[in-house]
Amino acid sequence: MIRRIETLHTMATTSAAPARRVGRRHPLATTALLVVGLLATGGAYALATTTATADTRAASAQLIEDGGKLFAANCASCHGMNAEGTAAGPTLIGAGALAVDFQVGTGRMPMAASGPQAEIKPVQFTQEQIDAMAAWVADLAPGPAVPASRYLAGDGDTAIGAELFRINCAMCHNVAGAGGALTEGKWAPGLAGVDPVHVYGAMVTGPQNMPVFSDLNLTPEEKNDIITYLKYVDENPSVGGWDLGSLGPVSEGLFIWIFGLGALVGVTIWLTAKSN
Amino acid sequence: MAEAHDGVDSGETAGKAVAQQDDHSTPAPPVAVARLDRIENPGFPPERLRVTDLDPKKEKQAERAISALFFLSIVGSVLAVAAYILFPIDPLDPGSIRLNNMFLGIGLTLALLGVGIGAVHWSKALMHGHEQVEMRHPTRGVDETRERAVEIFSEANAESGFTRRRLVRNSLIGAIIATPIPAIALFRDLAPAEDPVALLKYTMWEAGTRLARDPSGTPIKASEVTIGSVFHVIPEGLAELESHRLEEKAKAAVLLMRLPVDALNETEDRASWSYDGIVAYSKICTHVGCPVALYEQQTHHLLCPCHQSQFDVANHCKVIFGPAARPLPQLPITVDEEGYLVAQSDFTEPVGPSFWERALLVPL
Repeated sequence: MIRRIETLHTMATTSAAPARRVGRRHPLATTALLVVGLLATGGAYALATTTATADTRAASAQLIEDGGKLFAANCASCHGMNAEGTAAGPTLIGAGALAVDFQVGTGRMPMAASGPQAEIKPVQFTQEQIDAMAAWVADLAPGPAVPASRYLAGDGDTAIGAELFRINCAMCHNVAGAGGALTEGKWAPGLAGVDPVHVYGAMVTGPQNMPVFSDLNLTPEEKNDIITYLKYVDENPSVGGWDLGSLGPVSEGLFIWIFGLGALVGVTIWLTAKSN
Repeated sequence: MAEAHDGVDSGETAGKAVAQQDDHSTPAPPVAVARLDRIENPGFPPERLRVTDLDPKKEKQAERAISALFFLSIVGSVLAVAAYILFPIDPLDPGSIRLNNMFLGIGLTLALLGVGIGAVHWSKALMHGHEQVEMRHPTRGVDETRERAVEIFSEANAESGFTRRRLVRNSLIGAIIATPIPAIALFRDLAPAEDPVALLKYTMWEAGTRLARDPSGTPIKASEVTIGSVFHVIPEGLAELESHRLEEKAKAAVLLMRLPVDALNETEDRASWSYDGIVAYSKICTHVGCPVALYEQQTHHLLCPCHQSQFDVANHCKVIFGPAARPLPQLPITVDEEGYLVAQSDFTEPVGPSFWERALLVPL
């Protein structure tokens, strides 16, 4: 490994070297720099690999084993001992680490009771335990993995994110992400304050009745734009003032019917009543 | 009646006035029937004096309260101007609109409500509180005035020759009738120039049009549509349209879904309309045309958010709940040689809500 990287470095410099010699630097400057650079990177890499690889492998094997134990204790009654699925729960083979991170990380799994939809509960496991179960499920068959943190940063284009959100998400989740009702007791949850990794995970894995928005439909950059938009909505108060939960004409109409008309009735009574 | 107009009489006299007026207006019964159930006009109840009439201290208080309201209105007006200057709208910061509107609104509310509430309070608490009756004036003019009016009309007729000079009069009537005609011609152009029925029956889709993502317009490969996916689709080329883009989108919008092949129950004649579990349906509800896009990937139900119509994607989008009368029209799709999803033809029926000439569709 180290040798390969060194050869790559040397190849790169030999091709670049003749052009540099024309400059005003000392003829040996490039070589000196090269030697220093190679020693530094090579040395650091060697240090990191010799200690880390063995550890990661051991750690991940340990992690998968721990995950398997946690799965057998907490999930297997519905999903089957080998995650093959039962009448009570779907197979998790190929579900991927991201699905586990979403379902367990938001408290939806383990499910308290079967119903139209898994409800959000306090999270039952530590992040290490969730990672262990995710590693075990990911080890069964390839599936969506937890994305790189640069796609979760929420530093994308808010305007593009808002447009994509309006086209792909707003019909269920409401244009301000306030959530909404679906059929037969199901609902699309509100998105305020949801961890970006769970927003991303929901799009990629399509939990429960939510459709899948794979990376071939919305690229990771576009998902980051959507996360940026949700972050913007979270952090900026509504331009129009008090939004009454952003639920649209129902809550606004109810408010104006009760308080607006109520105030008018009150004023009318006051206008016509005789003073004390 | 004259006393009533003076407005200085007490409640009792006003009550008598009402009673008298009532007597005058009651028509004489045609036959001698004893009206035992007749209700006597009770007149006004005895006048109750207000606290401001009885207690000079209260009167002073009310006076101060009213002037305080008017001063509050002045403060509100100043505040509104100050808010407009202190919280300008920054075009780059939407949050600035919020502060500007809120303080401007508070200022104007104080300014207007201060005057309004103050004026009403003044009239209720301090202006004199006697009840009085003001009779209606008779609407018929005196005979003299009526005769004079007729005289003016006939005089004007004689002087202008309106009835005598018939050519002038009739050409004037003709001219007045003709003036709105240009408006009809102008406003007629607001309607579609083409036959609107044809516009409603056909969309941008035709054989070989690629299905593209909304809003980017990039074509979609069949391999990109994973199971459980939903794509919001426009015809390729729509994004580049120079004119009528929104009208075309409103008709051609499509929802693309992929179901497990064994979950689809397709009729024989439509089995070739899908591709490997990928189906495309019009996004325009057949009820009143809302975009139907609330797709549940496990139940394969589509829900319209406007009136809760539900469509079963697994069974050719037949209506399973709600006011929609017809299934969503299906767009027949297939795959071209490069692997992109393409339409086999336009929709085979008009999309969206029903209209009268809908049934007269010429087969494609």
